[in-house]
Amino acid sequence: MSDIAIRIENLGKKYRIGANQARYQTLRESLTSSFANLFKKGNGQHTEDNTIWALKDIDLEVKHGEVLGIIGRNGAGKSTLLKILARITKPTTGRVELNGRVGSLLEVGTGFHPELTGRENIYLSGAILGMHRQEINRKFDEIVDFSEIEKFLDTQVKHYSSGMYMRLAFAVAAHLEPEILLVDEVLAVGDAEFQKKCLGKMGDVAHEGRTVLFVSHNMAAIQNLSTSSILLNQGSILSKGKTNKIIDKYLSNLKSSDNSSMSLLTEGKRSGTGSVKLSGFRIENAKGIPIDFIQSGEEVNFVFLYQKADLSNEPLKNVDIGFSIHELSSSSPLFVLYSSYMGTSFQIRSGNGEIQCNLKTFPIAAGRYRLGARITINGIESDWPQMGIGHINVVESDFYGTGQIGFGSTAPLLISGKWSLEK
Amino acid sequence: MQASRTIIDSKNNWKILNLADLWHYRELFWFLVWRDIKVRYKQTVLGATWAVLQPILTMIIFSVVFGKLAGLPSDGVPYPIFTFAALLPWQLFAYALTNSSNSLVNEKNLITKVYFPRIIIPASSIIAGLLDFLIALVIFFILMIVYKITITWRLLLMPLFVIVAVVTALSVGLWLTTLNVKYRDIRYVIPFLTQVWMYATPIAYSSSLIPEKWIWLYSLNPMVGVVDGFRWMMIGQQVLFPPYFFISLLAVAFLLVTGFLYFKSTEDTFADVI
Repeated sequence: MSDIAIRIENLGKKYRIGANQARYQTLRESLTSSFANLFKKGNGQHTEDNTIWALKDIDLEVKHGEVLGIIGRNGAGKSTLLKILARITKPTTGRVELNGRVGSLLEVGTGFHPELTGRENIYLSGAILGMHRQEINRKFDEIVDFSEIEKFLDTQVKHYSSGMYMRLAFAVAAHLEPEILLVDEVLAVGDAEFQKKCLGKMGDVAHEGRTVLFVSHNMAAIQNLSTSSILLNQGSILSKGKTNKIIDKYLSNLKSSDNSSMSLLTEGKRSGTGSVKLSGFRIENAKGIPIDFIQSGEEVNFVFLYQKADLSNEPLKNVDIGFSIHELSSSSPLFVLYSSYMGTSFQIRSGNGEIQCNLKTFPIAAGRYRLGARITINGIESDWPQMGIGHINVVESDFYGTGQIGFGSTAPLLISGKWSLEK
Repeated sequence: MQASRTIIDSKNNWKILNLADLWHYRELFWFLVWRDIKVRYKQTVLGATWAVLQPILTMIIFSVVFGKLAGLPSDGVPYPIFTFAALLPWQLFAYALTNSSNSLVNEKNLITKVYFPRIIIPASSIIAGLLDFLIALVIFFILMIVYKITITWRLLLMPLFVIVAVVTALSVGLWLTTLNVKYRDIRYVIPFLTQVWMYATPIAYSSSLIPEKWIWLYSLNPMVGVVDGFRWMMIGQQVLFPPYFFISLLAVAFLLVTGFLYFKSTEDTFADVI
């Protein structure tokens, strides 16, 4: 018997970018494009440029009982790796050998149905995650205990608060007993107390000698749970080793990267006169170094690139620029900040330039958010990319300066305040 | 620890039927059926009463519009009974077809988040309709008593016709649900297809109205045989064309096999495309 739980050889996964962006094709598009390809075939060339390797040349061995953290930026391939191991998607190259029953926990509440009661959802979700009915029967009380929702067991889940929902969902998942457990970023939910409980439960799992692969942006959780980690970057394993070292490497990598600015001019739906357009943005830390990730509470600069439509040096006065940050699930912003709110407006002369906004303390919890921006001139809309201008990623850090992680991403705004007892 | 071992390979080594895998997930099949039934009439004011109302209301509308106003013949049987006997298998079929065709897209959340044999999704989606069918069947028996129609041994053949209806729905549904993953146009095709199919099936009218020379084409529709079969079992109507019915069964078998193969050959990409 080998002591290898997971053996990955030369694993790769190629995605078509087109397929990712336009979520699905219509029949007509498919027919016309296959028609177009008919004529293109003369070149004998297959277009490779709209594909991307989400994972490439991954070789990895994980021993039985090892708890491996997987770290990397968004888009580094972490989730793709877990999805392949969980057999949700198929690799393009390579081979994986899994020795043991595999359970995956890629989302909290997989298979939950809002119309069903807590009790019913325990069975449904349990079955979907691969448990047998007897197994669920056996663990039922334990699950209910763990979730702390006993009173609401026969209430429809749609009436639950999001905290209760998460607790129940995690409780079911936490009682899976696979030999190999794949976990993707599920601890970014729930209140701090419950997070701790989950970490404890996961720790138990790890100590029971089960193999765990664990993806998270929560460095504290990774540090707590896993002794070794791998760092993924653009689909490849950048390094493997002790968790502490890997985390250091990851954080220092974050700071030095430089590709967060992008061209926006070609982005789809937008409204306004177009006399000044947003052409991109980037985020910098206090030292002016571009960053991909913002740490909650750190000082950041939002830098907006603009382009003036006419090339004359005729100055445009009263240019007002604003930006907003939205949760991915919501269209109403967490906040909106126009330069005019701060009593500032700009005069724009040359064709291209940058306008920046400095935030002393970035007040948003870890997660991924949509960034919107809009320019007005004399109160008339000049440019508004309606789908937003991009996304920002926020990672957890010591916002409060006390080492407390706080409430979690269900409460996305962070503020600090001074507490005292009035005498 | 070595009990179970999984190999994931990029090479196309899919097995047509991984029986061990299906066996492992057999309970999930029933859980999904159970969920569909549970959820079906939740948050509706009338709840399961709908299962009773739907066939009755349709029967009344058909009786008024086609029976009274259009004056379509019903082969000497009271029109309500005549049309209800056809609606029984038809509504089961229409439910199964619609649900299986939409099933994969409806379960997008599961497909992108957890592994299990995907075939469970369309297969389980057609079962919940059987419950409605049974309820409608009870109503029908009541109607039979009201209209003093004798119940015969022919009813014993009902499971056969039910299976044909459901398998026909599944065979078309497999194709449509797989296509639906990639081409969302299918969503708009389904209601249209169901409607056209209904008019191509003798529900509001009797198949005896079809001109002799077109009967062969007409009866290639397997639902013609099913509906006529129901009328034959319940109200003693003549079955017109069994030979063609068997040809249509061959067509269903062909669709089922190709639909299944198509499903299996694209199964691996569902999570990436859906």
